[in-house]
Amino acid sequence: MYVATKGGERAIDAAHQWLAEERRGSPSVPELSIAQIREQMTLAVNRVMAEGSLYDPDLAALAIKQARGDLIEAIFLIRAYRTTLPRFGASAPVETGGMAITRRISATFKDAPGGQVLGPTFDYTHRLLDFKLMAEGAAQEAARKPADPEPAPHILSLLDRDGLMEPLAATDDTPRDLTREPLELPADRPLRLQALARGDEGFLLSLAYSTQRGYGRTHAFVGELRIGTCAVEMEIPELGFAVEIGEIELTECETVNQFTGSKTEPPQFTRGYGLVMGQSERKAISMSLVDRALRWEELGEENTGAPAQDTEFVLYHADNIQATGFLEHIKLPHYVDFQSELELIRKLRREAAGVQMREAAE
Amino acid sequence: MTDAAYNFAYLDEATKRMIRRALLKGLAIPGYQVPFASREMPMPYGWGTGGVQVTAACLTPGDTLKVIDQGADDTTNAVSIRKFFERTAGVATTERTAGASVIQTRHRIPEKPLTEGQILVYQVPIPEPLRFLEPRESETRRMHALEEYGLMHVKLYEDVARHGAIATSYAYPVRVEGRYVMDPSPIPKFDNPKLSGMAAIQLFGAGREQRVYALPPYSRVVSLDFEDHPFEPTKADHDCDLCGASASYLDEVITDDAGGRMFVCSDTDYCAGRRAAGQRGRLAPEGEA
Amino acid sequence: MAAPAALAGGFARPAEDAARAFRACLEAMARPGRIEQIRGAEPPAPLSVAAGSVLLTLVDDTTPLFLAPSHDRPEIREWIAFHCAAPLVPAEDAAVALGSWEALHPAGRFRTGTPDYPDRSATLIVEMPALTPPNARLTGPGIETAHEARLPEIAAFQENRVGFPLGFDCYFTSGSGLAALPRSTHVEAL
Repeated sequence: MYVATKGGERAIDAAHQWLAEERRGSPSVPELSIAQIREQMTLAVNRVMAEGSLYDPDLAALAIKQARGDLIEAIFLIRAYRTTLPRFGASAPVETGGMAITRRISATFKDAPGGQVLGPTFDYTHRLLDFKLMAEGAAQEAARKPADPEPAPHILSLLDRDGLMEPLAATDDTPRDLTREPLELPADRPLRLQALARGDEGFLLSLAYSTQRGYGRTHAFVGELRIGTCAVEMEIPELGFAVEIGEIELTECETVNQFTGSKTEPPQFTRGYGLVMGQSERKAISMSLVDRALRWEELGEENTGAPAQDTEFVLYHADNIQATGFLEHIKLPHYVDFQSELELIRKLRREAAGVQMREAAE
Repeated sequence: MTDAAYNFAYLDEATKRMIRRALLKGLAIPGYQVPFASREMPMPYGWGTGGVQVTAACLTPGDTLKVIDQGADDTTNAVSIRKFFERTAGVATTERTAGASVIQTRHRIPEKPLTEGQILVYQVPIPEPLRFLEPRESETRRMHALEEYGLMHVKLYEDVARHGAIATSYAYPVRVEGRYVMDPSPIPKFDNPKLSGMAAIQLFGAGREQRVYALPPYSRVVSLDFEDHPFEPTKADHDCDLCGASASYLDEVITDDAGGRMFVCSDTDYCAGRRAAGQRGRLAPEGEA
Repeated sequence: MAAPAALAGGFARPAEDAARAFRACLEAMARPGRIEQIRGAEPPAPLSVAAGSVLLTLVDDTTPLFLAPSHDRPEIREWIAFHCAAPLVPAEDAAVALGSWEALHPAGRFRTGTPDYPDRSATLIVEMPALTPPNARLTGPGIETAHEARLPEIAAFQENRVGFPLGFDCYFTSGSGLAALPRSTHVEAL
């Protein structure tokens, strides 16, 4: 005998308890601490901070722990927390030229003032499983040298000086805030960059890759990729000057792209830009390629119909929290609508059968 | 008790003001989708974040809230949303349609006619009725501005040409007060006639898509159709097997693997109310009143 | 520094009072011409309790406000600055405008939205001596058959209806009484 399902509430409570148990795993294994995640899963922490749009390594580590390592779930936890925070003000723009550098490479020049700094990168590791890590063991201490006193200016600024780069107009305009206003098109570059900076790494990676394979090709060179820490400053109206309120780690990528020119303007290189919180270089490079592809209109290029050139497509689908929520919502019951479809298809089949019967009779 | 760590009804006051202003513009322009800066909520996009934000912006401490999904109060997501507001707003909740001042719903309109003083909040996945015909927001916005709804009629007409009938059975598009074409959210088209002339305020929230819209009480809402293919609200051609209702929307339940099935009211409160009043269906358990 | 008077008269319990006040605003806008009661604010004269409560409910630093000459006084400016922080702007740029009908005149200068975004339009808070006796017959969305209401004039609102879906929307306030007239309402003189 059918009885209308009751007890949704009990089922939810039980599911939550089970989830908590699974999260912990076997109690015979020591529990992960937040500090362990923060210190040893740094790149996961960085991704959660970047796409969660909140720079707080401890909270990101907590979110990763709570989400059982599901980074999109962790990003979601951070986003939901972030929305509830009161806003005291906005920082001054971060000066990435003054970054305390841990990694800095240029693919366009063999050397440059400030030098190439390989830094802590996977780039030239051989991807062989290191079974030594299965046993717990201390890492060998890395060789050190004193910090380079020489400043490391942006490499593209050197090309700038020769007039080979497209000029960028500095502006004091306040960019629109994607988290406080509904997305509205057309979207200017600051808004696009904002959306890309918190967009899904995988989505941007695939889009950037598609431009390399010819879907909106822009011939990108990595002019400079730099990772390091920058001071965050805030204007305090009562004081009348900016004070440093902390520092954050950033990854910045500037690409040099194919040049454009016209009868009135000599040929110049163009640029793509990526800036991401934490050490997230795959994301920063992807972002700069997608940024450049989206600039086709302002640079007078042809719209080839490539996905990466389609601002509306890119911006509406880059956010993994929106995407995952809507994708997964089809798990929710839809039986009312399905019933309506059932009735309709039965009716259409009845009518079609009726037509056939009549035709056969004639 | 309210969870003291959060503001009343979870959202901060600035966010509520922003949503409230959008809702009022929505009421002033019936059926028009007002953009609003939807916030990330502690439940996923697509799971009612729009409805939850609208409800949060409307609730007062004196409200009694009912939450339904598929017409039922005890579906898991309805339970989850109801608990959220019990915890963050401390409001009373009910399963009785008549006893609720605010009803948040997904996919159904209650069978019992709503009254003045009630608010019906719909969760909306895709607020744009033209979206499946034209994926670009920039285009559909222009089409609404110019009242250019030919594409929708072409789509419906193609249905008629191919199937002999309009092949849309839920989220069936409507025209509001002779102006805006509106998506009524994925309610079965059986519910469409209830949209029109309703005494309660109807508010629609789409969180991920950042839109709210509204129908003031007694608005004229017409389901799109053709003279020779008029709109037809449909339901399973049965009576409820539990309460015997002949005019309520039914869920079809498969009861065994030999083709056995029964039909029961999707609106669980309506069905329970009828049974409590002594109405019985074909398969009502023995001994029930 | 704001004068002590400006610091008083806000919502005693901001979240709960704003919620109740908004419901009055919602009911009023949903049912044009019907008189609701709205309370919570105790603003400086000549601002009514109703108008003050609407301001506290809907206006903040993101809503540019026009103060018509009837209400452009230091005590009101200070009260609004402290409780709402709304930037004061000319009529043409206002999201919300406040004043007597005469002072708000001409109504044609207020924002009525754009065809793409008709919601980007002004909301007028019109202070009235009284919300009765009725002088207009209202029909349209939110009204079952017809409703009688008090309007400060007829022609301006008929003209506003012609531009639908563009137009401004109005609240009428007197004491703690609140009524609304959205752009969608048809207006006839009684």
